[in-house]
Amino acid sequence: MRLRAVLAIIGLVAASLMAAPARAERLIVSVSNHRVTVTPNYSGGELVLFGSVEKDDKTPSNRGNYDLVVTVAGPRADMVTRRKERKFGIWINTDSRQFLQVPGYLALFSNRPFDQIASPEVQRRQQLGLNNVLLMQRVGPDFADVVPNDPFRSAFVRLRSEHGLYREATSAVTFLTPTLFRTGIPLPAEVPIGTYNVEIKLFSDGALVTKTETAFEIVKVGFEQFVATTARQNGLVYGLVTAFMALMTGWMASIVFRKD
Amino acid sequence: MQLYLPIADIPVNVFLILAMGAAVGFVSGMFGIGGGFLMTPLLIFVGIAPAVAVASVASHIAASSFSGAISYWRRRAIDPLLAAVLLVGGTIGTALGVWTFTFLRSLGQLDLMIALSYVILLTTVGGLMFWEGLRAMLRSRRGGPVTLRKPGSHGWIHGLPLKLRFKRSKIYLSVIPVVVVGLVIGFIGAVMGIGGGFILVPLMIYVLRVPTSTVIGTSMVLTLVTMVFATMLHAVTNHLVDAVLALILMIGGVTGAQFGARAGQKIRGEHLRLLLGLLVLAVGVRFAVELVIRPQDLFSIRETGGAPP
Repeated sequence: MRLRAVLAIIGLVAASLMAAPARAERLIVSVSNHRVTVTPNYSGGELVLFGSVEKDDKTPSNRGNYDLVVTVAGPRADMVTRRKERKFGIWINTDSRQFLQVPGYLALFSNRPFDQIASPEVQRRQQLGLNNVLLMQRVGPDFADVVPNDPFRSAFVRLRSEHGLYREATSAVTFLTPTLFRTGIPLPAEVPIGTYNVEIKLFSDGALVTKTETAFEIVKVGFEQFVATTARQNGLVYGLVTAFMALMTGWMASIVFRKD
Repeated sequence: MQLYLPIADIPVNVFLILAMGAAVGFVSGMFGIGGGFLMTPLLIFVGIAPAVAVASVASHIAASSFSGAISYWRRRAIDPLLAAVLLVGGTIGTALGVWTFTFLRSLGQLDLMIALSYVILLTTVGGLMFWEGLRAMLRSRRGGPVTLRKPGSHGWIHGLPLKLRFKRSKIYLSVIPVVVVGLVIGFIGAVMGIGGGFILVPLMIYVLRVPTSTVIGTSMVLTLVTMVFATMLHAVTNHLVDAVLALILMIGGVTGAQFGARAGQKIRGEHLRLLLGLLVLAVGVRFAVELVIRPQDLFSIRETGGAPP
């Protein structure tokens, strides 16, 4: 926790140092709900992010259209992508690639295609689009990301996308007025539990103008929360209760269905 | 009706899970097996993580075998001494199995080993059962006597020392093969994540020559104890037992098992073995096909580590 706090402070200082001189616009954003609760009948949902671009006197008067890119990254975890190959007539996992601390949920939204917003160089630097987001992998002895069309990386992104956990939509952000915008953040049913960071970047004429961050969390509440924490913290008690429950269910059934 | 599972972390349709539990329960009640080798693949197919499926199925099997064991106990169809001796071997086998499981996982390719052992075990056992059932059926067609226990035919197994009289089963047998059978079942159960009833029943019939009257009830006692242990083990070590999922499966399972047990009593023994043989063979072939046919997707993702420190 302390490390995180220090990092956050360093980040804030760095951000203010970097942003201070060029700052002409300010982004004010909010999500419709900062705490999504997962209840027994949870089957997915959608959050709404809305905000506005605040101009001040330093804003160049000739500034044209704004472009906006929203990146939502869920809790991070290590994952392994495996590839099957035919050996001795059967299909078995041969190669694998380890993905280190990659987001469990990742969504990138913008108001128009990324290649119209900025040059390839800026797209890469600002991690615009699933092809440019940094997905750290263990490649041999190194830690690096690879080219977007690498078979393991593209398979990883494709499989996550099939579950609705990774997504990219280049028309999801809508400007209601030239400075007021909104976008929906769809959350599928199997969305991972944890903290989600939302990064909003404002572009104009192919360059980053300013950016801001917000967050929301997805939590289990009530019975779900109770079951999940008990299972994790009191494994023995949980196991005993489950085994006892099994025996009780079996016993009840034999009474209910007793013929004689 | 959708319900969110707290450990599996996905929403499922309650009625679908209930129906699956009932269907597998029916089969398990009919044949006196746990049904783990059917339930686990079904749950994985619905989208539940394999590890959670295996762990939760253990408690489901415990429930259905307990309800089965009670009704067999009432009918005095359980041999307590035989069950106790089997359990001695079962406990040692389970410990050995868990150790092997950990060893295989450290080598990688655990999934392949599990799939291969499913194929080999299920097709062999299923094929043998099917063949035996078919032969017995033909024999009874021809009007011959249908007896599994040929009086006077004593194999080398019956020449072993340390003989014990199992009164309820009316057999006089050495404890060595009984402990070995228990050991094999415990080992296979721990490595493959199944109760092992479908292997135990034929082993008891063909190797130990236990009469059919006490086979199913006694095998249920062994399954019950090993699965209760497995539930505890999974809960303590991996925290992967989903109690909500298990409860739904149990309710469906025990209900189905009652009807299955009644249906099983109406069917003749050799028909029952034929049917079970077919079922086991079918699951084995399905696993084999999965290994041989080019998979739809060559890639798969698995989460390996939790949140950052």
